[in-house]
Amino acid sequence: MIEGILIGLTTALTFQNILMVMVGCFFGTIIGMLPGLGPMTAIALMIPITYGFDPATGLILMAGVYYGAVFGGSTSSILLNAPGVPGTVATSFDGYPMAQQGRAGKALAIAAWSSFAGGTLSAIYLLFMAPSLSKVSLSFRSPDYFALMILGLTAIAAFSSKGQFLKAMMMVVLGLMLASVGQDSLSDITRFTFDNMNLTDGISFVLVVMATFAMSEALTIILKRNDPTSAAKQVSLTELGSIKINKEERTKMYKTIPRSSVIGFLIGVLPGAGATIASFLAYGMERNVVSDEEKEKFGKGSVNGLSAPETANNAACSGSFVPMLTLGIPGSGTTAVMLGALLGFGVQPGPRLYMTNPEIFWSIIMSMYIGMVILLILNLPLIPYIARILAVPKNYLIPLILFFSVTGIYVMSFNNFDIYLMIGIAVVATFLRLYDFPMPPLILAFVLGGLMEENLRRSLLLSNGSWEFLWDRTLTACILATTILIVVWHIYKTFKRKN
Amino acid sequence: MNINTTKIISLLFFIFSAFYLYTAYQIQVFTFDENAPFNARTFPIYLGYAGLFFSGLKLILPDPTTIKVDHKNLEYKKTGILILIAIIYGATILKVGYFLTTSLFLFASYYFLGERRWILMFLLSFPFVAAFMYLLHGILDIYLRDPFLQSIGVMG
Repeated sequence: MIEGILIGLTTALTFQNILMVMVGCFFGTIIGMLPGLGPMTAIALMIPITYGFDPATGLILMAGVYYGAVFGGSTSSILLNAPGVPGTVATSFDGYPMAQQGRAGKALAIAAWSSFAGGTLSAIYLLFMAPSLSKVSLSFRSPDYFALMILGLTAIAAFSSKGQFLKAMMMVVLGLMLASVGQDSLSDITRFTFDNMNLTDGISFVLVVMATFAMSEALTIILKRNDPTSAAKQVSLTELGSIKINKEERTKMYKTIPRSSVIGFLIGVLPGAGATIASFLAYGMERNVVSDEEKEKFGKGSVNGLSAPETANNAACSGSFVPMLTLGIPGSGTTAVMLGALLGFGVQPGPRLYMTNPEIFWSIIMSMYIGMVILLILNLPLIPYIARILAVPKNYLIPLILFFSVTGIYVMSFNNFDIYLMIGIAVVATFLRLYDFPMPPLILAFVLGGLMEENLRRSLLLSNGSWEFLWDRTLTACILATTILIVVWHIYKTFKRKN
Repeated sequence: MNINTTKIISLLFFIFSAFYLYTAYQIQVFTFDENAPFNARTFPIYLGYAGLFFSGLKLILPDPTTIKVDHKNLEYKKTGILILIAIIYGATILKVGYFLTTSLFLFASYYFLGERRWILMFLLSFPFVAAFMYLLHGILDIYLRDPFLQSIGVMG
């Protein structure tokens, strides 16, 4: 492991990669602060830029954007009660009351230190857990992978759908259907191309991400007459107050941070869960373990109440890298985008990644530490200035998002058809968003579609067409039983609500 | 049965899944693969059935939370114009070239979204695109096709 850490440090500490972490954190913070534009949009917009780099640098840049976006989201939660990303909703429960009491600077400092500590601790957990899990996952067979993918897709549908499980499952199926367009990987037989040569190679992953996130979010903002930059305009006018944290507050944070980081990391590792669930769980748990006197302060500006979700959401971000790096199965929509980008680089994440491409595996982990330090340096003193940059009117912001989206596709294919297809998918996605059809399950399904078919193919061929492979191995059966439980539970809940 | 837009979307998805399933059955596979445990049409067929299953459930089961969208407050005109500009942008980018079409796309989008600060609009279109092109093409070595700039000898 020491050797790996050294490889990671050597890669991550090059001038170019440090610069990329800084650019990523800065850009991510800006996008994360804008309500409605989350880390997936930020990462999607960065994909064209990463084409110019090697895979390690590209992924380091995207990881920096991810952390920055989560971090930036907490700023608008605290100052405006307008969470930039769902993972920072719980931050507003106590962060916003603190800001209203004239302690906005302090709230930002607590959030920044908690995020830093949560991210750093979980990067340490990742450091120890990822290689061990990689070794364990080498024993996984095709049926286990197939079952894991089903579980991941079901879980993300269950957790990201805000009670709309069936809508999310429809999005999963749609994502898999889009992934099935083009040549079959084994026989080269074309499917669903309708004799259109442009579809022979399938639909590009970048196209789908740009369409369903960047472009459709921009169209939704215009359609709904939202102005995400209005939040930033208010931030620059806010009196922040002191950013110093006193001894009593520090003592409270020392107790909260370790337990919240463990919860955050473990939730992040679970497929489909992530920063949102982690932050709510950490907030709830913290409220249960503090003294009665402190409990009374929850919702009115409690230090523990702010520190817990902030620690947990950053820890969950690191945790979500575990399934992606060790199993090649992303646990969240954001890591699905990263997986897609990695596949685009020709790198196959999975248990062998840390043997075949140790520089990628370890440099991502190492860059997390560096990213945390940079975020701390960047966010504390620079928040008012970042907020001013953000006060760009939406009349400029929206065309720029569309421009980045089209550029991303243009540099990839030099093909008009892809641009039309992207606009078409974006229009459909915008309409679906209006009716609360979630997009992350679609992306995860699209990324996993090819791998899922491949593993099902191997399993069925090895078992001579028999579906017994689903319960032949205990591990496969356990994973599928969990999946069935999730499905049954959500359908039961729908019935129960009606009655 | 209370018909709402979510149900209509589910119905459309159901029809789409049925069409997908029909097309999946039409996929031509090699003769020796016809009776194989897994061929090119196996996975799509399962997907077609899954689509029918979930959209069918959504149609049959009650909708616990009806989503109401206030269409009067939606900005259809500007959104439509923006989509139209993007389509024109997509149609011309290959023939005219990246620099000119992108700059004009940005300029037109700012204008139709209500911006009237001409100098800022210009700065955030032509010079901005030039700088971005330099970053991609000049620094990151990402190829950008631009017949217009090539014809006037600016780009090699």
